[in-house]
Amino acid sequence: MTQHTPGTAVAATGLRKSYGDHVVLDGVDLDIPAGTVFSLLGPNGAGKTTVVKILSTLIGADGGRASVLGHDVATESEAVRAAIGVTGQYSAVDGLLTGRENLMLMARLHRLGRTDAKRRAAELLERFDLVEAAGRPAATYSGGMRRRLDLAMTLVGRPRLIFLDEPTTGLDPRSRRDMWQITRDLVADGVTVFLTTQYLEEADQLADRIAVLDHGSIVAQGTAAELKRRVPGSHVRLRFTEAPSLESAARVLGGEADTEALTLKVPGNGGVASLRELLGRLDTESILPEELSVQTPDLDDVFLALTGHRSADDNARKANR
Amino acid sequence: MTTLTHALGDSATMVARQLRHMQRYPSLTLTLMGMPIVFLLLFVYVFGGAMGAEGASGNRSDYANYIAPGIMLITVASAAQGTAISVAMDMTEGIVARFRTMAIARVSVLSGHVVGSLIQAMLAVAVVTAVAVLIGFRPSAGPAEWLAAFGLLALVSFALTWLSVALGLVANNVESASNLPLPLVFLPFLGSGFVPTETLPAGVRWFAEYQPFTPVIETLRGLLLGTEIGSSGIQALAWCAAIALASYLWARKLYNRDPAV
Ligand SMILES: Nc1ncnc2c1ncn2[C@@H]1O[C@H](COP(=O)(O)OP(=O)(O)OP(=O)(O)O)[C@@H](O)[C@H]1O
Ligand SMILES: [Mg+2]
Repeated sequence: MTQHTPGTAVAATGLRKSYGDHVVLDGVDLDIPAGTVFSLLGPNGAGKTTVVKILSTLIGADGGRASVLGHDVATESEAVRAAIGVTGQYSAVDGLLTGRENLMLMARLHRLGRTDAKRRAAELLERFDLVEAAGRPAATYSGGMRRRLDLAMTLVGRPRLIFLDEPTTGLDPRSRRDMWQITRDLVADGVTVFLTTQYLEEADQLADRIAVLDHGSIVAQGTAAELKRRVPGSHVRLRFTEAPSLESAARVLGGEADTEALTLKVPGNGGVASLRELLGRLDTESILPEELSVQTPDLDDVFLALTGHRSADDNARKANR
Repeated sequence: MTTLTHALGDSATMVARQLRHMQRYPSLTLTLMGMPIVFLLLFVYVFGGAMGAEGASGNRSDYANYIAPGIMLITVASAAQGTAISVAMDMTEGIVARFRTMAIARVSVLSGHVVGSLIQAMLAVAVVTAVAVLIGFRPSAGPAEWLAAFGLLALVSFALTWLSVALGLVANNVESASNLPLPLVFLPFLGSGFVPTETLPAGVRWFAEYQPFTPVIETLRGLLLGTEIGSSGIQALAWCAAIALASYLWARKLYNRDPAV
């Protein structure tokens, strides 16, 4: 049933949306092939959820066009709704109903008969490890369980395209990995996944293509490897207790010294061999750093590289506006 | 045709959801029944002697008879207030955003609330009426009159519930959703619910005679106690139809606009 004619799952051109004079989306173009995972990466307030809401027919755009699985979101919203599943950023389960009742509710709304509905609910409870909790009201679930139920509800109607809006924000590392595995399984079934996230690592793990959204426009697009090439690599950060040690270390190792924080940033991937070599060179000069840490590029570095500003500064700037 | 079957099917599913909610969260239903019962006891036992209806001063049973229709109407209005609260609460829940992205009959989310509340209101009316009978309400109605009285209350409830759904949608938080329908609960006091309108001060009397609840109360009184109905019956039905239709259109418009969250 998940046979796709190879084609486009989402096509959007020039999407615009403003609230009052606050421009939230400023001309967003998207082109997502069916059967792939696409990730929209961006910091708080970038406009990720707004894109998801427009594509899932929840709100209208002020300008531009978008089609989902061949149907225009503005004029053929019913057809779009019939083909998609949405797991929003905030939990969309009915807290007063039990896990099973939530799934039955979805099954009935997808107009499955009573027996089919029961079977589908049981199947999904099993698959999402919710069998034991099935009889408890969803309000009593942990964050991870609620996310799983949320996603299970999205899948009841076997959608061909699903939207996952920050599916792992607030989850512990184990639940996050579970969620990743579930996403991979979906892709293996041929479902197209539209994923938003604030974590480069998540996009890296899951996505075929990544678009970086900043201030309502897409500032870069490509595969994870392509994006990472544009980001400065990882580095080792050394902290010292006094300025002379910092100066001698900078002389020996090079790198970027911060005389206020008494830290030195040395490019390097943090592998054991290179660390040993680095420490060896400090040792021969009898320089003892107070602290050593290995930093891998995070979303902030991607941002700095792609937009020339840090996302945090940016939020501050927005707040002042 | 299938659109209609789908709308009915989806609405039935949503009604089942509302009934589950009531079952899981019965305190709202109990609170809604509590208020009219408190009014009933207060008026009959505390003010009954002083406020006795004309020609009935001091007689508890007569006064209970006089105010019972007004109390029944307050019960319906109070249940409607509960609808506004639960609609406003529902709209803040992610599940409604989910419903909006699904290919289901849009109106079913609202009609689920309306039918659920209607059932809740009729249950509450039955309980409150039973309490009224316990403390002296002695209706003279036969089965047909009872049926007509409950039918009318159901119609009023239907109209007020649609109005409350709209009020719940227009309110931007649960607190204002619980305040907006409050006037509905007090309208029977400014009608013929507790004292005959002739005894009211001139300005209030004018309002009391033309407001929608007065013909409803007069019709109920006529059906249950055999007083003159006159043109009240037709006026009551017309008010119900008008309120229901206008509120339905308003609620549908509110629900179809872009959600704020
Ligand atoms: N209904 C609304 N009214 C006014 N402003 C809004 C509304 N919805 C969103 N915004 C604004 O639009 C901007 C983008 O919001 P959006 O929720 O799309 O961001 P996001 O990338 O999903 O952020 P987050 O990571 O915090 O979820 C924000 O500045 C937000 O304040
Ligand atoms: Mg968001």
